[in-house]
Amino acid sequence: MNRTPLRPLARVIDARKHGQNPDTIEAAERCKRDHATHQKLRKRAEARLTVLGLAFFFGFCLIGGKMAMLAVSEPVEPRLAAANTGIHSQRADIIDRNGITLATNLVTTSLYAQPHMMIEPKRAADALAKIFPDINHAKLTEQFTGKRKFVWVRKKVSPEQKQRVHEIGEPGLLFGPREMRLYPNGTFASHILGGASFGKEDVRAAELVGVAGVEKFFDARMRDPAQVDIPLQLSIDLTAQATMRRVVEGGMRIMQAKGAAAVLMDVHTGEVISMVSLPDFDPNNRPRPLLKGNPSDSPLFNRAAQGVYELGSTFKLFTVAASLDKGLVNENTMVDTQGPIKWGKFKIRDFHDYGKQLSVMDVIVKSSNIGTARLAQAAGTQVQKDLLGALGMLDPTPLELVEAKHIKPLLPKNWSELSTMTISYGHGIAATPLHLAAAYATLANGGLKVDPTLLKIDAKTAYGPRILSEATSKTLMGMLRNVVTRGTASFGEVKGYSVGGKTGSADKPKPSGGYYDDKVIATFASVFPTDDPKYVLVLTLDEPSIRAAGEMRRTAGWTAVPVAAELITRLAPILNMRPEVAGSGKVHYTQIQN
Amino acid sequence: MRVMFYLICSAFVIGLAYWAYKENYRTQSALKEVKELQQQIAQQKEAIAVLKAEWAYLNRPDRLRDLVDLNFADLKLIPLLPSHFGDSEMISYPPQDVWIYNSPQEVIGSDLADQSEVSQ
Repeated sequence: MNRTPLRPLARVIDARKHGQNPDTIEAAERCKRDHATHQKLRKRAEARLTVLGLAFFFGFCLIGGKMAMLAVSEPVEPRLAAANTGIHSQRADIIDRNGITLATNLVTTSLYAQPHMMIEPKRAADALAKIFPDINHAKLTEQFTGKRKFVWVRKKVSPEQKQRVHEIGEPGLLFGPREMRLYPNGTFASHILGGASFGKEDVRAAELVGVAGVEKFFDARMRDPAQVDIPLQLSIDLTAQATMRRVVEGGMRIMQAKGAAAVLMDVHTGEVISMVSLPDFDPNNRPRPLLKGNPSDSPLFNRAAQGVYELGSTFKLFTVAASLDKGLVNENTMVDTQGPIKWGKFKIRDFHDYGKQLSVMDVIVKSSNIGTARLAQAAGTQVQKDLLGALGMLDPTPLELVEAKHIKPLLPKNWSELSTMTISYGHGIAATPLHLAAAYATLANGGLKVDPTLLKIDAKTAYGPRILSEATSKTLMGMLRNVVTRGTASFGEVKGYSVGGKTGSADKPKPSGGYYDDKVIATFASVFPTDDPKYVLVLTLDEPSIRAAGEMRRTAGWTAVPVAAELITRLAPILNMRPEVAGSGKVHYTQIQN
Repeated sequence: MRVMFYLICSAFVIGLAYWAYKENYRTQSALKEVKELQQQIAQQKEAIAVLKAEWAYLNRPDRLRDLVDLNFADLKLIPLLPSHFGDSEMISYPPQDVWIYNSPQEVIGSDLADQSEVSQ
């Protein structure tokens, strides 16, 4: 390094020559040198500070990052099987609206065999066949004595069976832990829950996969590890569901029906409180789907959400609703009911002859096909289409069932004027009882759209857009009430609950075309109480018949209505509804002991 | 001075090593305990799940109804019907306060106003 001297000789001599103090030169030089040193030190200090700063920065980043990761990560539940198998065997519980368990998981054991480790494969097969009588003995023997190294024997083994297998003492028989899905209530709510089975299987765990119903619809949510501890709460009320199933089953037997479906829905929220389809099945032991024949004959078939039926005269209310809401008629307007109406080869007739004319109210009360057809004709095709569309009768329902997602109502390909007339009384259009319940809920709650749902809604109401005016809704409820007090549904009266409803009996279509004479679908769509609607109940019986008052009766008024009345009698108290008794009338109370 | 410094330093390092050794074993035992506790928690959870399932199974509507039918003689339970709703008017008031009027320490002749004094 080249250091400049503090007293450069040349400059000192020069200064002395001029009589200046050479010390100033030294001072200036020293100052310069100090400045340079200072600069150097400063730079080094800066570099050190930067390094230290960076070290702290990264340190804090590390801690902060870890904290963030801890905050974001999902808490992990302690599990027995610590080994990570890559299989999520957990599945969230399902509970009803009051918190009663509808589906839960249970740890169980699976049984498998490793034939190459077996000492006496034949004896083991014999012993296993004794423990599990339904096992294929010959096949098992063949599997055990063959070349296979791994055989699943049983997917679920009870503790007693496990002990008996232990007692065989065969080292080649091994057990693996796994979870199984349990539906403690058995057949109740079977169509809603659907069922679950095993997906990916491993010796140490097995995936539980939903195969139908809400189990399949919410499969991703149920298996989401973050939500596995939060049970899925349905809108179903188990008590109401159990009661409904029992009453409908009894009614079905008395009416000698082939099947039955019933839906109870809250008119303000669209929550399905109970939904039954008979015959049903046990979701713990789900039957196999039918491979041939009509799938609707299988107990797996959900008549309430999957079965599209011509629901007959229950549709008349929609026709009248459209005409009332458009201001074309009021309930007292007289309608020509002279018939039959001829339309080409087609004739529209009434069950009875109702004379020359009826008021709009009486068209509903007496259920006149001709009257409704005339009303629909006057209102026009577009009005009918618009209303049915707005009520959701033309699209699949948004219900959270995997089966219901693709069930589109059957509509005429060409919506002609004749179609308009037949659809006005429920022929030529087929929808599920669930569609009907949702549409009636909208008519009943003051004309606001509600979507049917199976999930519990905490709010008191869940309204969509307005579809009908409140006045129309009131008038319609009055009509429904009249149907029960003096019309086709006189068996539907339940004291204190002001039941209103509309019957519908539609001939069943033959698979080959045309209609059966002696097979009907009898439907009763009811609302209670009509003065302040709370619930809609739709009951459909498939091919009912009963001998009453001297002849075979198949119409809804004789079959579906009495069953629905019994249902309301039993369900309303469970739903905490007090019978409204008119002011002065004496009430008969039964005293009960607590 | 320097020797002193080295001595202190090495003593410090030895102390640190001892401390680290102890911490290591403590951590390992804590981890083991955590594992055991987690296993216990998992076992308890499983037990809870089994009990919950059993409770739900024992309370299934089918069984309850059968039990009600079996024990009808004792319980006399019937399905809830609309006629079972009562009015608050139907409930009689409890008999007038028996204690005050029938108790022996009630002094005869005292009126209600100084009752509090009488019954202390």
